[in-house]
Amino acid sequence: MYEILNNIFGNQAVAWIIAAALPLFVFILPFALFAVWLERKVSAHMQDRLGPMRVGWHGVLQTIADILKLIQKEDIIPAEADKKLFNLAPILVFAGSYAAFAAIPFSSKYIGSNAEVGIFYIIAVSSFVVAGILMGGWASNNKYALLGAMRSAAQIVSYEIPSAIVILTMVMLTGTLSLDKFSQIQTAYFWNWFILGGPGDGLTKFLLIPFMIIGFTILYISTLAEVNRTPFDIPEAESELVAGYHTEYSGMKFAMFFLAEYGNMFAVSAVITLLFFGGYQSPFGYLGNSFNIPWLVPIEQVFWFTFKGIIFVFVQMWLRWTLPRLRVDQLMHVCWKFLIPYSFVNLIIVGIITLFR
Amino acid sequence: MALKTEHMVLNMGPQHPSTHGVLRLELELEGELIKNVIPHIGYLHRCFEKHAEAMTYPQVIPYTDRMDYLASMYNNFGYVVTVEKLLGIEVPERVQYIRVIMGELQRIASHMVALGTYGLDLGAFTPFLYLFRDREKILSLFEMTCGARLLYNYMWVGGLSHDIHPDFIRLTKEFVNYYKPNIKELNDLLTFNKIFIERTANIGVLPLDTAINYGITGPNLRGSGLKFDLRKDDPYSIYDRFDFDIPVGKGLMGTVGDCWDRYYVRVLEMEQSLRIIEQAIDQIPEGNVQSAIPKRIKPPKGTVYGRVENPRGELGYFIISDGSTSPFRVKVRAPSFVNLSVLGELCKGHLVSDVVAILGSIDIVLGEVDR
Repeated sequence: MYEILNNIFGNQAVAWIIAAALPLFVFILPFALFAVWLERKVSAHMQDRLGPMRVGWHGVLQTIADILKLIQKEDIIPAEADKKLFNLAPILVFAGSYAAFAAIPFSSKYIGSNAEVGIFYIIAVSSFVVAGILMGGWASNNKYALLGAMRSAAQIVSYEIPSAIVILTMVMLTGTLSLDKFSQIQTAYFWNWFILGGPGDGLTKFLLIPFMIIGFTILYISTLAEVNRTPFDIPEAESELVAGYHTEYSGMKFAMFFLAEYGNMFAVSAVITLLFFGGYQSPFGYLGNSFNIPWLVPIEQVFWFTFKGIIFVFVQMWLRWTLPRLRVDQLMHVCWKFLIPYSFVNLIIVGIITLFR
Repeated sequence: MALKTEHMVLNMGPQHPSTHGVLRLELELEGELIKNVIPHIGYLHRCFEKHAEAMTYPQVIPYTDRMDYLASMYNNFGYVVTVEKLLGIEVPERVQYIRVIMGELQRIASHMVALGTYGLDLGAFTPFLYLFRDREKILSLFEMTCGARLLYNYMWVGGLSHDIHPDFIRLTKEFVNYYKPNIKELNDLLTFNKIFIERTANIGVLPLDTAINYGITGPNLRGSGLKFDLRKDDPYSIYDRFDFDIPVGKGLMGTVGDCWDRYYVRVLEMEQSLRIIEQAIDQIPEGNVQSAIPKRIKPPKGTVYGRVENPRGELGYFIISDGSTSPFRVKVRAPSFVNLSVLGELCKGHLVSDVVAILGSIDIVLGEVDR
């Protein structure tokens, strides 16, 4: 994206700023607005309710109204809070989730930054969130917030291990860290997606399928934990810790945590899509190619990418409104005694299969 | 040199999403491990017992509604049964049957709230709304009978405030037929959910001897494995005419007397209540529900203790009469109050999350704890 903008404007600084700001305004904000509405609608329909119905068609503008309300709210900083850290925390959390979008390829023509180490970069910047959460919980000078932040830090750090191992498995299989290349490899049709053994044919493709499914399951579970969704929403367990690390936040700062959460939900779904479900590739080929309209292809790719991402976001919501929540020690138990050993075994087996490919 | 560490004191409540009202728990924590729990009650104290001394006997009934506001019918039931015992009056058959039906509907409604909020405490939001959807049907039945949805003032000494609506029998039958299969929905969604079992089995185990020592009654006692239910063991009204079982905790998922057992006893009790309603609804005789209401209630001097099986346990009324139209003293044995006393015992050595699970499984109503 930066390269194209640089060509258009002929000015590096302007190109940088626009390239950096685009995902925020083009995607993250609209998506967060949509996702909050979707969450409310999904939960409502699962619970025999209607959900928001008043603002706009079936309440689509409800989130905008909510955000307007949040902007007008008084920004309260607790008297005993550490002001600097308190103010910095939501920015850091938001920056962490926002920065991840820079490396996500929405289509072959739109990537914030086509870094060669895209997936590595995403793992790195999403760890930023932990620091922000810890900061917020500590600075609030509230016991619930502190407990929430501690739980959150322990949880996110632990669950990064299995997800990193699964990602490592995929990197080993493809030999690249670039997310764009990941998408390019799984091109054309859905049987080339890694969840179905990846491109290529013969015995190894079929041998890979069960291990890809295991890998996908482990990655999905651990990303659920990384974005604090039920059944792993322990850091903000409302029935125990009121609101966890953001108990003391109000107004726009609270909205930033909120926005970051929904941004993260899509970011992890995007990573799963890129690794296992063909990235931005269409499952059935492109209309643009069949009718010979080249400019339609990238648009279709954006559609497919967003569509696949939203499906995973929907599953996250589905789980949230179905399952109870685990306890802190059980959460660690799941991570250290199940996910990490299985992901290691998976890594080794996939490694052996790759040798014979 | 050993590092000097202090336990963290965490105030849970009075404003907290899962203390089921205005209860304050003082938790002494080491990390997230509970070292001690001190419940502080009294935030909802409304001097019911003192008020009752200034009221005439029928005037006390609306106050009983406001104790256990999730089981108001049953509080009325307990009070009128006790006063009738003091007066020595016989109540018409029709009244007896309607009281039993109302009482059991109330038990189901109360258990629905208990189970639903328990799910909520553990992070499962959806079962709560499913149960409230069904509870709404019970509230509609109450509403069409006496006009109120929460605080009924329905059972009067010697009778009832209103006769049942002509459609009541048909609609109640419809509800029973509708709700019977729906219990399975709750079981599929919550009861036998793996995570739910992980959270509740072997947590907050209440051994039978401890339960008896603390005077625990109701589903909590039965969850610990004792078959004790006043409807069978000390039958009042006409409960001896019906055929129903008393479910007890068997430790299916863990130890006898754990949170899951207490929870599951309530689920099974809803089924049994439906059975009682099914039997009673067909047998309601004709009659006047207000014929036995005394014109002036002036019991003789003396004391009386009446007890009924409230959805939360043994609800007892101890009334001293000095021969005037108002009671000299009304003392309530509130099951929630007694049951809450065991909380500290149950919580020791568990984690903060478990306090929520244990408190929810005891199912207290603060209106009754504080009165």
